[in-house]
Amino acid sequence: MSLWEYANPKKFMQASGLVLPWVTGLATLLLIIGLIWGFFFTPEAVNFGSSVKIIYLHVPAALMAINAWLMMLVASLIWLVRRHHVSALAARAAAPVGVTMTLIALVTGAIWGQPMWGTWWAWDPRLTSFLILFLFYLGYIALWQAIEDPDTAADLTSILCLVGSVFAILSRYAVNFWNQGLHQGASLSLDKETNVADVYYLPLLVCIAGFVLLFLSLVLLRTRTEIRARRLQALLARERAA
Amino acid sequence: MIAALGKYAGAVLWSYAASIALILALVGLSLWRAAKVRRALQAVENRQARDE
Repeated sequence: MSLWEYANPKKFMQASGLVLPWVTGLATLLLIIGLIWGFFFTPEAVNFGSSVKIIYLHVPAALMAINAWLMMLVASLIWLVRRHHVSALAARAAAPVGVTMTLIALVTGAIWGQPMWGTWWAWDPRLTSFLILFLFYLGYIALWQAIEDPDTAADLTSILCLVGSVFAILSRYAVNFWNQGLHQGASLSLDKETNVADVYYLPLLVCIAGFVLLFLSLVLLRTRTEIRARRLQALLARERAA
Repeated sequence: MIAALGKYAGAVLWSYAASIALILALVGLSLWRAAKVRRALQAVENRQARDE
């Protein structure tokens, strides 16, 4: 069986209908466990005090903000190359989820930055590239809304997605590229020296898994809605033509 | 346990409140639109099935 079979809307609706309740249930469970573990059962950090608990929201949200755009990039490329409507609709469905993740990362970062850095905002490479990514998300959503013909909208938003991918990658590696600004390096790393301590690491992994599954669950739900909305438009157009 | 948050209690609690509110709003809006579109599609499909 080929993966491309799921580009068929009917097949996608069948498969996603089976998977969605399990993904949603697991996402809810992991988020509840991870956030309770992180909030109630982790100690204060020597240098950050209890503000370290914000990591359980900030890091997974920032990770998903970038990964959501990369998922949209893959879906957009599939649309541009193979013209599968489901992939264009999946990219459209992911954008509001991605923008919410970006907003969570920006808001929790600002709330954390105020007591730690003494400012809500700084024009730091990572913060700035994240703000630009947020604006790209808003532009992407607005472009889908602004164009009536769905195929033209899919084409133009796919191009916008390709351009925005530069900032998605930049926001991930901004700290490494410029090596300046307030934002510290990655909290998660394969290098034991730079990784967060185990006591924070395990609940953080659970929260990240929860956010990944939440993203997947919402994208499946929203893609299903977009497919139904497309069918609704087609049926109404047929009615009008008759 | 909340008392253990010390001088960063405000920052931590606001972060959790804002994030959970945003996630719940996103989930709520997604479910609301899904239900609305599903109902509308069902109504049109039923109407067209009746007319045919």
